[in-house]
Amino acid sequence: MRDLGRLLLTRLLGALAVLLTVSVLIFAGGEMLPGDVAQIMLGEGASEAEVAQLRRQLDLDRPATERYLDWLGGMARGDWGVSYTTKRPIGEILPVRARNTALLTALTVAVAVPVALGLGVLMALLAGTAFDRAASVVLLGLSAMPEFLLATAGVLVFAVRLQWLPAISNVSLAGTLAEAARALALPVLTLSLIIVAQIARMTRATLVGLADRPFIEMAHLKGASRLRVVLVHALANAIGPLANIVTLNVAFLVSGVVVVETIFAVPGLAQLMINAVSNRDMPVVEACAMIFCATYVLLLLLADLFGATFNPRLRRSTP
Amino acid sequence: MSDAAAQDAAQDTPLGRAGPRLPPAAALVSLALLAFWVLAALAGPALLPHGPADFVTDDGFAPASAAHPLGTDYLGRDMLARLVSAARATLAISVLATLGAHLVGDTLGILAALRGGVVDQVLGRVAEVMLSMPKLIVGLVVIAVVGPSATVLVLVTAAVYTATVFRISRAIALDLVALDYVRAARLRGEGTGWLIFGELLPNMLPLLAADFALRMSFAILFMSNLSFLGLGLQPPAADWGGLVRENLEGLASGSPAALYPTLAIASVTIALNLLVDRLGAASRPREALH
Repeated sequence: MRDLGRLLLTRLLGALAVLLTVSVLIFAGGEMLPGDVAQIMLGEGASEAEVAQLRRQLDLDRPATERYLDWLGGMARGDWGVSYTTKRPIGEILPVRARNTALLTALTVAVAVPVALGLGVLMALLAGTAFDRAASVVLLGLSAMPEFLLATAGVLVFAVRLQWLPAISNVSLAGTLAEAARALALPVLTLSLIIVAQIARMTRATLVGLADRPFIEMAHLKGASRLRVVLVHALANAIGPLANIVTLNVAFLVSGVVVVETIFAVPGLAQLMINAVSNRDMPVVEACAMIFCATYVLLLLLADLFGATFNPRLRRSTP
Repeated sequence: MSDAAAQDAAQDTPLGRAGPRLPPAAALVSLALLAFWVLAALAGPALLPHGPADFVTDDGFAPASAAHPLGTDYLGRDMLARLVSAARATLAISVLATLGAHLVGDTLGILAALRGGVVDQVLGRVAEVMLSMPKLIVGLVVIAVVGPSATVLVLVTAAVYTATVFRISRAIALDLVALDYVRAARLRGEGTGWLIFGELLPNMLPLLAADFALRMSFAILFMSNLSFLGLGLQPPAADWGGLVRENLEGLASGSPAALYPTLAIASVTIALNLLVDRLGAASRPREALH
């Protein structure tokens, strides 16, 4: 247990250091914006006095290190600065957007993870059969496809041809649950397809990889059925790796979320970021990037810990 | 990152592919597909009667006809001509980006494996930070700062995959450095140049080639995503991702224009993945990394 405590501490500190470095990089990115921010905000027609005044208002005259520390401290208090385009505090819009993205991701995980694990176990049970081969090829194909292809195909089939679901999810969480479910169905389906393909392939690989271990061989030799060997002996020993795989794939879902929110017009964090990038609204870009990176680092940390917790040998390894 | 067996399975590298072996025919088919697209990209624009920027019909989304086998796009331009010129953009950018990622990543990876010590530590930390940021988010921040263009697309795509390539080539090189023939070469006092080009690289090539194919498929998906989001190549130039973006609204009215570029992307990335499966089988060291 002491090993585990030390591991937890070192990994937490490591993740914190990484996150601080990332924040410096993101802030430095904003600093490198060519041209004067005040000039960009006011447009070409602004007088020099106006630009100078705005520069003072935005604190642009102060040294970068001071502003970085302010920015970092502000984030901790939920003060994310002011958007260049809307001139409104970013802290006002972020929570709603973040909630929509979190809802989308949570629903995807709830739908995809059981399906993916089930499929992976089934493939491992039937390893080498025609079903396993066919499923492997389909899953490889799915994971080699761009996210927007899956989303586009979904729109074509369910929204255009069958007209079961709306093509655009103007998710207003004020509506009834059924409305929200209908609106989110296609985005969740698309994201689920992406993540199911990856998790199922890796689950199969993990379980099949255990097959030549002595304890599995022993279970076979003492006459346990193939089903029992996979479900009881292999799966129990794969819990750590599987938790690790699922968490990693949830982290990798970021780019899927960006694309899906754009296609289906889900008013989430990713859509906010894409619009900000197009408008070069750096404070918003920085805020969104920080949230995405922090979530990502946290999930990677969690995946790492899952892997280590269930495999005592890993606890001693240097990070 | 820990180097557990499970972690290996979780990483999509050519060293630890998850899935049953595919028949050799799959590799042949994928080679043929890739050859087709390379030829189309090289010779296509010269052979086709219309240019990608020529307006050939008055209305957008004209259906397929003898003159325009794939119909026209949202502005009435020949879809086949646009698809072929976009093939050129997509393949050129993804090859350049992958090449860049491998040149930098392999050099640093081998250096880290050979030198060890502080060099290895520092490079490892830098790679760790780079891999702690979601690739698409990195791309978005960079493009927000410098604006979208073809050059930026190549550089960003190369940059986001360099850290991964570094880790892989370091892992491969590290396996080799411990082998007797490399240690013998070091003991007889061979220079770093000979160690890299005479001993390490020739033995790393099969795996690096497999990773090149895999990395290129990721690069295509990555740049397609950026272009699809409107942050890659800017109109009238377009890669496949950009073509999907332009013609997406046509889907609702029944125009298949947006489907051709998506199928093109899928065909190339799947072909590359099948190829990796064969190349990766050539040799597989014990250790696989992100």
